[in-house]
Amino acid sequence: MRLSARECECTPRPAWRQPELKSHSDRRQGAEQLLSVRAGGGLGDNSLPVHTVQSRDRAPDLALSVRDLCKTYTQVVAVDHVSFDVGHGEIVGLLGPNGAGKTTIINTVLDVLRPTSGSIRIGHLDIRTQRSRALARTNFAAVYASLPGNLTVVQNLRFFGLLYGVRALGKRIEALLRQFSLERLRDTKCGVLSSGELTRVALAKSIVNHPELLLLDEPTASLDPAAAREIRAGIRAQVRASHSGVLWTSHNMYEVEEVCDRVLFLSHGQILLEGDPRTLPRQHGVRNLEELFIRLAREPLAHREGHHA
Amino acid sequence: MKLRPVAAILLRQWYLIRGSPVRILPMFVWAAIDIVLWGFITRYLNSVSGAGINFTTVLLGAVLMWDLFGRVMQGVTTAFLEDVWSRNFLNLFASPLTLAEYVSGLVITSLASSVIGLTVMLALAIPVFGLSFLALGAHLLAFLAVLFGFGVALGVLASAMVLRFGPASEWLVWPIPALLSPFCGVFYPLSVLPAWMRAVAYALPPSYVFEGMRQLVLGGPFATGPLVWAAALAVAHILLASYCFVAVFRYAVRSGLLARYSAETVS
Repeated sequence: MRLSARECECTPRPAWRQPELKSHSDRRQGAEQLLSVRAGGGLGDNSLPVHTVQSRDRAPDLALSVRDLCKTYTQVVAVDHVSFDVGHGEIVGLLGPNGAGKTTIINTVLDVLRPTSGSIRIGHLDIRTQRSRALARTNFAAVYASLPGNLTVVQNLRFFGLLYGVRALGKRIEALLRQFSLERLRDTKCGVLSSGELTRVALAKSIVNHPELLLLDEPTASLDPAAAREIRAGIRAQVRASHSGVLWTSHNMYEVEEVCDRVLFLSHGQILLEGDPRTLPRQHGVRNLEELFIRLAREPLAHREGHHA
Repeated sequence: MKLRPVAAILLRQWYLIRGSPVRILPMFVWAAIDIVLWGFITRYLNSVSGAGINFTTVLLGAVLMWDLFGRVMQGVTTAFLEDVWSRNFLNLFASPLTLAEYVSGLVITSLASSVIGLTVMLALAIPVFGLSFLALGAHLLAFLAVLFGFGVALGVLASAMVLRFGPASEWLVWPIPALLSPFCGVFYPLSVLPAWMRAVAYALPPSYVFEGMRQLVLGGPFATGPLVWAAALAVAHILLASYCFVAVFRYAVRSGLLARYSAETVS
């Protein structure tokens, strides 16, 4: 059974209150505690019901399931035993300071970076053993992965549409051009587009195959506030219509609060905190999500010198 | 292997070539310059030499065949470099595209552009300089197939090298055909080479092609055994190059090089 976007919004989120994070082991313990909550273990009588789409028992309904993911470079632990799910129709924010491991996680989900250990399932497909089928249900947009500037908007959409095996591609491209107001730019080379226009093309490409899982790495980073709002509304509408799951990274906490159903705070490759972006700040005694972000981002810094080489 | 992703790679190359004179011109211009230059050289040699050798087929034919080999190799590499230059690896390899589909697309692109170059060369060499491949007979197709196969192998290997060592290493790719030509006996028989160079030559399929061409043109006995061996060598080179490409790609995915390709190194 799939949950609709409306159900996702209404379903209570896990209200896991992070204890003071003094050390790496505390944080690790916290992350494990969180996982046990999500696995149905609970934190006691006060814990709220677990979000239904996160249950391991409902794995076939998940758009993305990441389990015990680790990525270690020679001397750096980039991702450290991370587990999380993204349900269909759910937008999950992946937050954290620069270098926290957000892009590493996205790259491993896209299989352009091999994790050291752990498993990733897109829908019911394992990315390692059923890579092509899994990636056919996925797509992404990221500021650091711009589309070839020497192809026009339509050429790019046709190229990626073919790569993703999209049926009735011509009609799909026309619909995307309308949806993202790109008709006027259809024969313009992407290399001469403005940042905002490029972002719209990248987002059009990212949904060309009606992905079940959409990965957006700071999709509005280069947009003015008005354009960013428009894009956010568009993506939200798209998710509601298509029922796809979205993993969204952003440093704009206002945006996160507006768009995301649930957020994961990541620091030094570990998930420190998870919850509803609209209620988390109050639960942690801060005024807003940005303050919570800053607090969490600062916590591990004192510890870092001792742990990471 | 699915056809649509291969078609996507071909379509992208078509878009690039169609919209860019700087990509179209080299297909014709360099081929024409080579044929004109060597055409006049052979015409001159025919006029001053009393050896009774037809230099047009021996030299101009060899130039044409060697040029084809270089074109095939660089056709594969250039198609690959288009993705390097446009920083398109993340978009490509985060899609359902498989390595086999990707490389197939590059090879077919190279085949198409090489055939265009070959056509231009033949269109100049046959009517203007009287080149005739009649002496080669049906062996010509086998010679072309071996050169094409080895060109593909080197193109894939060169692409693996660029993937491993970063965009700047493309400058190591371009001289590869020139580096190999002394060993392959394009203009002279292998017997004039020192022993160590002959040993290298025997591992290179084009050596057998040019030896065979000379034998046929000069009317000597022709053994098909070496040509079959050359074809087997070309297949072995393709398999080896493919293995290298896959190994380098896996390293790039494991080490993070693919995701941070512009950095050239992850260390």
